[in-house]
Parts: sequence; C-alpha cells; structure tokens
Amino acid sequence: MASLYTLEFEKPVLALERQIDDLQAQLARPTPSLPAPAAPQEAQPLAEAPALERRLADLCAQHAALLAETYARLSPWETVRVARHPKRPQTRDYIDRVCTDFAELHGDRRFGDDPAMVTGFARVGGHKVMVVGHQKGRTTQEKVACHFGCAHPEGYRKALAKMKLAEKYRVPVVTFVDTPGAYPGIGAEQRGQAEAIAVNLREMSALRTPVLSVIIGEGGSGGALGIAVADRVAMLQHAWYSVISPEGCAAILWKHSNEQTNNAAAQALRLTAQDNLRLGIVDEVLPEPLGGAHRDPTAAAAAIQRWILATLPALKAADPEALLAARYDRFRAMGRYIENPPVPVPVA
Amino acid sequence: MTQLRTAAIETPTGAHAGNGVPGSGAAPASQPRTWNDLKEPRRAVIPEGLWLRCPSCQGMIYRKQLETNLHCCPDCQHHFRIGARQRIDQLTDPGTFEPLFEGLSPADPLGFVDLKTYAERVRAEQGKSGSLDACKAGVGFIKGRQAVLTVLDLEFMMGSMGSVVGEIVTRSIEAAAQRRLPLILVSGSGGARMQEAGLSLMQMAKTSAALARLDRAGGLFISVLTDPTTGGVTASFAMLGDVILAEPRALIGFAGPRVIQQTIRQSLPEGFQRSEYLLEAGMVDRVVPRAQLRNEVARLIDYAGM
Repeated sequence: MASLYTLEFEKPVLALERQIDDLQAQLARPTPSLPAPAAPQEAQPLAEAPALERRLADLCAQHAALLAETYARLSPWETVRVARHPKRPQTRDYIDRVCTDFAELHGDRRFGDDPAMVTGFARVGGHKVMVVGHQKGRTTQEKVACHFGCAHPEGYRKALAKMKLAEKYRVPVVTFVDTPGAYPGIGAEQRGQAEAIAVNLREMSALRTPVLSVIIGEGGSGGALGIAVADRVAMLQHAWYSVISPEGCAAILWKHSNEQTNNAAAQALRLTAQDNLRLGIVDEVLPEPLGGAHRDPTAAAAAIQRWILATLPALKAADPEALLAARYDRFRAMGRYIENPPVPVPVA
Repeated sequence: MTQLRTAAIETPTGAHAGNGVPGSGAAPASQPRTWNDLKEPRRAVIPEGLWLRCPSCQGMIYRKQLETNLHCCPDCQHHFRIGARQRIDQLTDPGTFEPLFEGLSPADPLGFVDLKTYAERVRAEQGKSGSLDACKAGVGFIKGRQAVLTVLDLEFMMGSMGSVVGEIVTRSIEAAAQRRLPLILVSGSGGARMQEAGLSLMQMAKTSAALARLDRAGGLFISVLTDPTTGGVTASFAMLGDVILAEPRALIGFAGPRVIQQTIRQSLPEGFQRSEYLLEAGMVDRVVPRAQLRNEVARLIDYAGM
C-alpha cells in the first residue's frame, strides 16, 4: 500500500497507510518476539489477534475517510500535483487496459519517430480505432527519450499522419492527452514546432472521421490542443488543462514562481476538470478512483473505456458532413466577449 | 478610424518594462520570454520631441523622417514596432479602409486575478490605446486590390489573443471566404492571453478551423509576421498562411528564447528565431522590408487571388 511517491497534502494519508502496513505485517507474522518458554502456549497471539484485527479495520476505515476528504477538497495546485504524479497511468498504460490488439505504428516519414507521441491501431470493445497519445515515460531512460511527454514537431506530424491514415478508412481517432507542453528547444523551433501544431489544429478540425480526446493527466497549452481538436473531449477528474502551466503563469504575471504564486496561478487559470466543464471546453468529467488514478489504474481505465463505448456509436453513425459541421460549431462557439458594450471606451 | 493617426508611437511602456530580474546577468534583456517581457526596452520607447535614438544603430533620427520612412530607421533600417492603426494606414490605399467587427470588448469569464484584476488591466489598456482589444479588421484596397485586412495590435496587451482577438480573426476569415476576397493578416503578438486561460487556448482551434474552411473554399491567406510573433498565435493562424511573409529581424517562434535557454541550458545560435533564420529553416516564404510590403502583397494577390 505504501511506497507511493509522497505529495505534501497526502502525508497524513500515507502515515495511516504505514500503520496499516505494520499491522498487517504483525498479523501475518507468527508471534515473533516472545522468548518462547518451555510452555507451548498459543494463547498469547490468539488473544491479541482479534484486537489487532479490530484496530486494522478501524485504521482502514479512517484511511478511506481521510483519503476521500483529502481528494474532495484538492486545491487547483494540488490537482496539478496529482496530475503529475509519477505513478499516474500514462498513455501506454491506458492502451493496455482500455484497448486490445494494439498495432503500434511509428514515424512521421519526414524526420523521425518521436517516442513522446504513441500512435497505432487498436480495438476498444468492438470498435476499431486509431490511438494517438502523449507518452511521458516511466523509467528514467524512457522519460529522457520522451522528453517527459514534450513532443517535437515530428511527434505532431506523426500524429497527423496516423490520423490521416485513420480518416482514409473511416476509423475513429481516440487521443490521450498528457503533456506539460510541446518541447521548447532549438531543433523543435528549427523544424517548425508552431507550424506542426497549427497544421494539426487545422487538419483535425476537418478530419472526416470521429475524433475523441481524453485529457488523462496534463493538458499543457498548444502541445495538448495539438491532438485534442475533437468531436467530444473528456477529462479525468484530477487532470488539468489550460493555456499555460501554473509555474509559467506565475513566473510571468507574479514575476516569480514559488509555492505560493503557483497556488495562486493554478487557482486563477481555472484549469481543473470542473472549471473546464463549466467553461464548455470539455464535455465530460470522468471520475477517478478514490485517491486518484495512480491508486487504481484499472478503475480509471474502465471509466475511460465506458465513456468511449458510450460516445462512439452515435458519432460513427452520424453523417460525415454533419459531424464536421458540429465539430466546427463546437469550437466556433468557444470564447466569451461583450458585443457593443454600452459604455464607450475613452479614446486616448 | 484610420484618420485617427496617433502622432507618437505609443510603445507600451508598462511599469515593468525592461526591469528584468536583478542579477540575472546570464539572460540578456533582449531575450524575451512573454508578452510582458517582449515589450521593447525603455530606451526603445519613442520619446516626445523631435529627435529620437535608434535602439539598433544608436543614431539620432528626426521624427518626421522616421514617420515618412514607415517607422524604419533611415540609417540601419531597424523596423520599429507599430500599432494596428499605423499598419493599416501603411498598407491600404488612402481612405479605402472600412472597419469591420468593431465593438467587441473582452469579458472576464474567469474572473482572473493576478497582481491586478483582468478587468482593471483591460480598462487601463483601453484607456491608453483607445482600442477595445488587440485586433483591428476591415475591408480595404491595397494598390487597388480589394482585401480583408486584419491586424493584431501590439499596443493592446502586447497583441495577446483572447476571445475577442480570436473572434475578430475568425470573423475576418469567414468574411474573406464569403466575399471571395484575399485575407491579409498581420500578426504581432506575445501569444495566447493568459487571463482568459483555456478560452484563449480554444481560439487557436477556432481560428485554425475557420482557415480550414477558407482553404477548402480556395481562398488566399497571406500571413505577415512582424516582431514579435510567438506562442499560441504562431502555433495557429500565423503559420497557416498560403504565403507567409516576415518583416526583417522579427522574432518569430513557438517558445520564447529564454524558456528554450532554460530548458536546454546552452546558448542559442546567433539570430535564432529571427525572420532570416526562419527563412533559412524553410518556415517562411519571404522576408520583406516594410517599404516593400504593399508591393509584395499586391503582387501575390495578382498571382493567387480568387
């Protein structure tokens, strides 16, 4: 139960988990400490065990309650920390649990194969789909290769190439979004990071096959949107999605990034799943298991699978023109402004 | 509207222009990161008076001469940043520009508060610039060719894109498709506006989707990139031109140079993310000095217009 990476606000929960582990260990051990005198009495452990069992049940109940309470009142910044939890399931974990028969396809046919973008055919239930997702990496080696989920232009071009392939056979596209942002580097700029993302936005808006997106962890800015122009967008309960990371925002608007300004920026950016739902940016919030997806990846995957299976049939049945029109309208309606404000602005 | 030509170039000074972090000697002030940092350093702000100093060659310039030279230094051709009104005046035939989509003003859908509230910032910027937001659009003639002309306005929150900018750009694209006119879009922007967060991000998808339709309708979109064009603006409509032109020495990129430097921990190559660098990398079609922009745009319309 323990050995999870520790988030500050989870410390009381983890303290309980350690106690539970200790108790479980005690119960499992056959009376270790007694000096074992000549009298072969087993009365001692038998008398103690029920008390320990009661204590264990009590602690488990406390633990569940505390976990529920902690996760019920996560601040936006704490949500970001959960979304970045190193044990949080990633695209490949979801491919294993949501899909079957994954046929991975590599490369953008232009420059290379970006491991930060995973693409390939798979099945979800009875549906053939093209899976596209950011991969952050689990081992140190994989993380470095994936640049911690920051894709390069070739990653976005690889994604588009595979989506076009799916379009050709009217195979729906399912994307898993999990990136702090597109990679900021010399090569990325040289090879047209901005152009790669921009082209994806344009082409996805007109892709003649259903597109579903799930924000599974971090939805960082253009790097996230670059594979998230979809007919329906869902977001896991503790994921975040916004125009910039709280640290980036704090560094700019608060002049420096620290725990306090990150907190304030995360709050101001309205980056939680509920906020994005309220703003109409996502269509559905998918519940995570108690204590976050990292505590039960299978349950999180099940929620995603249920949503895909519930959403896909209607989109597949829709007339392609109507599908494209609805997708256009979905994004066309985004934004809030005041038309012809009653008070004219003072002209300088 | 176009007659309202401002006498002085109101480069936004802002309280924090050029202050940077004390002791951050490693990152030169000329390496911008955000629309806030992208503001020209204080010495580049054009002061009141008849004479001013060129931030590039340090030469003294007579103001009248700068204005007749389209706000480029007569000696070194340093391109000063200009606002949307000046850009429209420079590009269109006199008296032909009819503004469209006026009267869109930012709402504050998030109730955004940083050190100031977004509402306060908007009021201050509106008062200072006399504009409702950072984009002006209309229909006008460029050397006799009719076109939809849309210009992001650096004089308002560094040309950042929120809902209003996204909406005006989208309406411009739709108008160009509907009226079968070429679309000329001049970008100068720090990127998506943080104060509208997720909704700013969605403007990238909205404008790009509209461009997909213009493209399929056979429309012509000439994207003109000026100093600076970064972030979410570059990563959406600005890089989607059928033809992409850039003014000389303009900073154009996805991530800001300082972010890149902090990420990779190496120094950046000379001229990195400048127009000429992008030309070499194959990312823009031509680098066009301001004095030739009108000619180039008109010529391209003749070749590629509907």
